[in-house]
Amino acid sequence: MKQVVTGNAGPKIRSDIEVTLEITDSGGIELDLKSRVISMYGGAIDKQCRELLEFFGITHARLTINDSGALPFVIAARLEAAARALTGSAASFLPDMIPENIYPSSRDRFRFSRLYLPGNSPGMFLNAGLHSPDGIILDLEDSVAPDRKDEARILVRNALRAVNFYGAERMVRINQGQRGLEDLEYVIPHNVHLILIPKCEDADTVRAIDRRIKEIKTEAGQDDEVYLMPIIESAAGVENAFGIATACPSVVAMAIGLEDYTADLGVQRTKEGSESLYARNRLVVAAKAAGIQPIDSVFSDVADMDGLLENVMSSKAMGFEGMGCIHPRQIAVIRQGFSPAAEEMEKAKRIVLAYRDALKKGLGVVALGSKMIDPPVVARAEKTIKLALRLGLLTEDWAEAGA
Amino acid sequence: MKLVENAAGRIVPDEINGREAVPFKGIGKHRPEGRKYAPPVPTCIDYPEDNNKVIPSLREALERCGLRDGMTISTHHHLRDGDLVSNQIFSIASEMGVKDLVWLPSASFPCNNPVIEYLENGTINRIEGSMNGPLGMFVSEGKMKGTAVLRSHGGRVQAIQDGEVKIDIAVLAAPAADAFGNAKGTGGPSATGVLGYAKADYLYADKVIIVTDNLVDLPCFPMEIEGNYVDYVVVVDKIGIPEKIVSGTTQITRSPDRLLIAELTASFLEKSGLLHNGATMQAGAGGTSLAIAVFVHEMLKKKGWKLSFGFGGSTKYMVSMLEEGQMGYILDAQAFDLDSVKSIENNPNHIPYPVFNAYNYHSKGNLTTMMDIMILGATEIDTGFNGNVVTHSDGLLLHGIGGWQNCLHARNVIIPLPLFRDRIPVIVDRVTTLCGPGELIDAVITERGIAINPRRQDLLDAVKGKGLPLVTIEELKEMAERICGRPEKAAFDDKVVAAIKWVDGTVIDAVRKVKR
Repeated sequence: MKQVVTGNAGPKIRSDIEVTLEITDSGGIELDLKSRVISMYGGAIDKQCRELLEFFGITHARLTINDSGALPFVIAARLEAAARALTGSAASFLPDMIPENIYPSSRDRFRFSRLYLPGNSPGMFLNAGLHSPDGIILDLEDSVAPDRKDEARILVRNALRAVNFYGAERMVRINQGQRGLEDLEYVIPHNVHLILIPKCEDADTVRAIDRRIKEIKTEAGQDDEVYLMPIIESAAGVENAFGIATACPSVVAMAIGLEDYTADLGVQRTKEGSESLYARNRLVVAAKAAGIQPIDSVFSDVADMDGLLENVMSSKAMGFEGMGCIHPRQIAVIRQGFSPAAEEMEKAKRIVLAYRDALKKGLGVVALGSKMIDPPVVARAEKTIKLALRLGLLTEDWAEAGA
Repeated sequence: MKLVENAAGRIVPDEINGREAVPFKGIGKHRPEGRKYAPPVPTCIDYPEDNNKVIPSLREALERCGLRDGMTISTHHHLRDGDLVSNQIFSIASEMGVKDLVWLPSASFPCNNPVIEYLENGTINRIEGSMNGPLGMFVSEGKMKGTAVLRSHGGRVQAIQDGEVKIDIAVLAAPAADAFGNAKGTGGPSATGVLGYAKADYLYADKVIIVTDNLVDLPCFPMEIEGNYVDYVVVVDKIGIPEKIVSGTTQITRSPDRLLIAELTASFLEKSGLLHNGATMQAGAGGTSLAIAVFVHEMLKKKGWKLSFGFGGSTKYMVSMLEEGQMGYILDAQAFDLDSVKSIENNPNHIPYPVFNAYNYHSKGNLTTMMDIMILGATEIDTGFNGNVVTHSDGLLLHGIGGWQNCLHARNVIIPLPLFRDRIPVIVDRVTTLCGPGELIDAVITERGIAINPRRQDLLDAVKGKGLPLVTIEELKEMAERICGRPEKAAFDDKVVAAIKWVDGTVIDAVRKVKR
């Protein structure tokens, strides 16, 4: 019988577990448990392992556990991945869905910051939501090694049920092609809000994914909307941007991935970004024309917070409405950047008040001091006020509270 | 020996290493009487007229001090993990065939693990001081002959002053010393900045040996150790490994989760009003504490406030507050990095201040009760706000007390820590080992909420409605157990392997041998 190893162990690994499973002919379950928390959870781990093996109908096996303080949902995922690999079973041993994870998303919620979490690194999941990103992305694509993709799916599925993400929009980035369609089966039934489609080049891909999601939802008897965010990462994708943005009503946002895009062009990615200016402009225009949110690429230097803020300000100026994050410390900077600045809010307040005043007095023209104010300026000011209200920067009674 | 229940509900021995021990009676309840201990009277005619006390080797110095079985040898820990002196004492004693020594370090470090050999061969009977890593494990497994005694930095001074511990020979490493024995922490290749833990040792030991790698002309000034108390001066090539004595630079944590806790702590200090112009503050050198110092520094600058003084261990983050005008003085018992060492040498407002004067139960007042903000750590806090700093939840003795117990006497004790480490809950129903009573711990700040001690209604009122994530300590415990599962308690044998002393010398808890 062959042996299967799943999970991770090593001096730098925390909150994970390495499982070595070998099915034997006789002798029952031989469990060799090594754990940093053995005196506190040795009994619980032993019990959990035996329960899971029984679930998969394994009665004789040699199981070696090297545990670095993994939580139960991780232990279950690692062992399930090993059991599936050996038995060919497609059964799922699901941890309980915690009630905190049942909440809806909405089409037009903010997507300023979305935090990428490598799908096979459980230690990074636990506190991700505490950093208050607008969304968390459990990534099954580029951050997972090719030979770990099967176990990552199970881990991500379990995380969607057992880890509290504290109100963040629950997103998963699936793989490309057929594997991506299969990924959906693992995640859709577990209250995923949004699927990111990597390296998207045409509307058909989006529609195929949307169809598959609807099939899974019908099977599972779910009726919550699952939104889509295609990521444009190639020249072909840029050319087809509007078609992708309007591929189906589930698409709520469209992002650009500049590492792959610049690679596709055969150019270097620079900080000032002149090589991607056209693509970014095109994406913004296509998204706005389609009535969805344009989302910018990640900023990869996690130590350079000033550079990040500069980057956010230029993104915002171009019309983007959000950015990806690869480190929790980027979240606050991105949020601050996309929020209306104090003087921007003050100006908007004055314009809206002047507009309301003019309406009351039955005046056809709105003036602020000696300056005439055109309707689009009023519309933009109202948008700013709306944004500030939603972000809690202003209270509903701001007009009475005094501008 | 019998086991008795102390005032904190812990079962402790009434006798330790053949000596009567007083069980903990409650905070501020124990008041010993009598006179302070005094070492034998020396006479100057027994010392060279030219006052040159330099002798060729540590072995000769120990021999001349009359090193023999059962003696108590003290050292201080300012060479930290770069200490090249302490282990030598016991290697020499072992060669001399001396047995049953008591080692009284102010702290031990991983570099002291080789003394396990001398614990095993009978040279050392026991350690009365902190034990980390393998040394702690050795004790926890019941392998040490005597019973370990863990004291706070202040408790060590108390025990020396009231005669609970009598030091026969103090071996004090010094980065600079003259031939008379005056010594200080600055200068030379092994600078430690200050020698904040050596004062009780040189005042109360029968014999004092200074070991230095930097013999300077008399007077070695400003002297932290006065030559009038010193018997011998030994000059060696190297007393320590510089990069392990002070870190080149202390670094704030890079962990986003710990930064989150630090930010929340700083926000708590601001919203509670604990941080104000003229406040006093002490924070440690851990990554989270350093981050708190950085956030506090930013707040002070924004508000134009100045802390009146800070108590060290000092770091470059405190030094920058001092230099940029957000802190009036640093009073300092230890310097953690090179910037601090330089600051002590050059800045008259950065003042060496021994724990003898800051933390001592037999002192006519202490610095700690004057501190407004005290940031401390813990391995466990329980739902009664009691704290543990010496054992992990698996029962293994892995840390010393340091100044932790002494610092609990500050006006506001704030403990920022993660709710769980890997799978190990930090907020528990009952601490494995009691090191500090819950009456003295005012707030626990975790990434998942802040619990304020219900005894501090004033603090609860001060932060009400200010947007902080307030929870009860029981809620924190529930959260931790929901995520990690309910842990089984560590299993112990009956054998007491270590006694935990309170700041007044009473026994607050005992550590037992772990069951394997």
